[in-house]
Amino acid sequence: MRKLKTTTKIDFATYIGVIIAFVVITVLMNGGMLTRSFSGMLVPICCSIVMAVSLNLTVGILGELSLGHAGFVSVGAFSGVIASQSLVNAVESEPVRLLIAIVVGAICAAIAGILIGIPVLRLRGDYLAIVTLAFGEIIKDLINCLIVGVDSKGLHVLFNAKGTLTVQDLNLKEGGSVIIKGAQGATGIKTISTFTAGFILVMVALIVVLNLTRSRSGRAIMALRDNRIAAESVGINVTKYKLMAFVTSAALAGAAGALYGLNYSSLVSSTFNFNMSIEILLMVVFGGLGNIWGSVIAAAAIKLLPEMLRALADYRMLIYAIILILVMIAINNPTIKGLLGKILPKKKGDEIDG
Amino acid sequence: MDRFAHKRGKLVPLPSDSLVPERDLNSAPVLETRHLGIEFGGLKAVDDFNLTIGKTEIAGLIGPNGAGKTTVFNLLTKVYQPTKGTILINGTDTHGMSTAHVNRIGVARTFQNIRLFNNLTVEENVKLGLHNHIKYGMAGGILRLPNYWKQEKIAHDKAMELLSIFDMEHLANHKAGSLPYGAQRRLEIVRALGTNPSLLLLDEPAAGMNPSETVDLMENIIKIRDTFQIAIMLIEHDMNLVMGICEGICVLNFGKVIAKGSPEDIQSNPVVIEAYLGKKKEGE
Repeated sequence: MRKLKTTTKIDFATYIGVIIAFVVITVLMNGGMLTRSFSGMLVPICCSIVMAVSLNLTVGILGELSLGHAGFVSVGAFSGVIASQSLVNAVESEPVRLLIAIVVGAICAAIAGILIGIPVLRLRGDYLAIVTLAFGEIIKDLINCLIVGVDSKGLHVLFNAKGTLTVQDLNLKEGGSVIIKGAQGATGIKTISTFTAGFILVMVALIVVLNLTRSRSGRAIMALRDNRIAAESVGINVTKYKLMAFVTSAALAGAAGALYGLNYSSLVSSTFNFNMSIEILLMVVFGGLGNIWGSVIAAAAIKLLPEMLRALADYRMLIYAIILILVMIAINNPTIKGLLGKILPKKKGDEIDG
Repeated sequence: MDRFAHKRGKLVPLPSDSLVPERDLNSAPVLETRHLGIEFGGLKAVDDFNLTIGKTEIAGLIGPNGAGKTTVFNLLTKVYQPTKGTILINGTDTHGMSTAHVNRIGVARTFQNIRLFNNLTVEENVKLGLHNHIKYGMAGGILRLPNYWKQEKIAHDKAMELLSIFDMEHLANHKAGSLPYGAQRRLEIVRALGTNPSLLLLDEPAAGMNPSETVDLMENIIKIRDTFQIAIMLIEHDMNLVMGICEGICVLNFGKVIAKGSPEDIQSNPVVIEAYLGKKKEGE
């Protein structure tokens, strides 16, 4: 029997874990054993997992701190909503429309990733973090100025920079509908996101990120993280691989955004603020930099924790913060790490397949 | 008459003092530098550096601390862009090329302070050396197309073959950062060889090695040259190594070449002795 590499085993364990979680939750849901509030959390949790996994590609695997991930999510969310709403009559089937919305969201976010990435990736460290932070805020404000409507003639887009334009200025024909009303955001969205779609998106994100990491391109990205000068000395094109990681990360965030946007009947751009970027970053740090299955668990835990602490009423956020601090201390404590090392099976020299 | 003197180019004689091993006379030199120099804010770190290295030569670059030896390596690999002069690699002018591009046309190097990809395994480090010889794209890697498996298998076999030069196959799955010092130095050489260079630059390969490890290293350097038929240029302070295996030696001091020639010439050259030991006082 051929022995598998440890990394391959971890990848498979991650896939199987996610599949089992999906099956168990689906069975419970069909049995009516889940509370309404928990069922309502499922799609946002899937979105958070995809966001965390995609940010881990930039922060953990490429090693560049990005504080503007919510910006890419919002690009995906609003372009996905526009795509879905304008196709309401053209595409009857909801899953197909959702798929189109997610693909459109991913492509728009990827384009934003390329536009931002080319100038920004010349910077390093703190500077890159600050610029991505600024980008996130700019995107939020730009979307605040958008007025979008659709009628029989197609999409109408107004950019309300002076604040003087209103929905009437779209001059929609009869039967047309407004999709985004400037600062009021998108309203009347047909919610078509489902938990199954969320699960599929999580699996796609995992396969993309994990397979990328184990491939030639992923090795080059990790080489840039470990030692840029050495990477250049073996002929690795720095800009190409930095951009590859950054854009892949943005595209996945955009896909998650589209799913997120189509889960609610109304959506405002202020949802995707700096706090959201930090929350995603928190998931990545919590799960471990470069550790993909860690991000999956951390994203689910951080989304669920405030829900589970609901009984504590006013003290909820206080306890939430204390739990985060304690867990951070615990996972970085050498004594606890040592204990865990004794309990868990020791790492042996990995065998190679083939 | 001399009104246009400042507009006319100044004539400079081409260097004709190049030395290459006799066996390399029939092939073009792998490296040729002409009046290579770099200034850092007025300080001439390297000045008028002329050197020719034959196709299979083992060349040494020596000099006291701060003489500019590593700067020469950084110029050859375009970590710094020279402010003066040209570098020809296999006859190709490298003007304006990036470090990665220079590597692709045949220059590989190791570093004085080891630079490995510490969080990756030994095998992955070597595969990164093979990076530009593994042919599949991003989509092939994500979708794991048949070509991915084929190319990764070839890369794995090639990596193991390269590691076997230093008998390091058994370390393939260890993290590069966890290796002992000597093994890290050897891994850097293996990684550089993976890029299939025609010129290998070794920056103090024997630093921190004990005498018996150094002797092994000397044998291995000759073995690498013979197997791959490439030129090797090394910076080294261990004179036993330099005098033992180098065919041509170039001595730098304060950024300038003060002597070039065979080990015997260098050992008896009074200018070199002065650079290393200082000037004799009168009457001594």
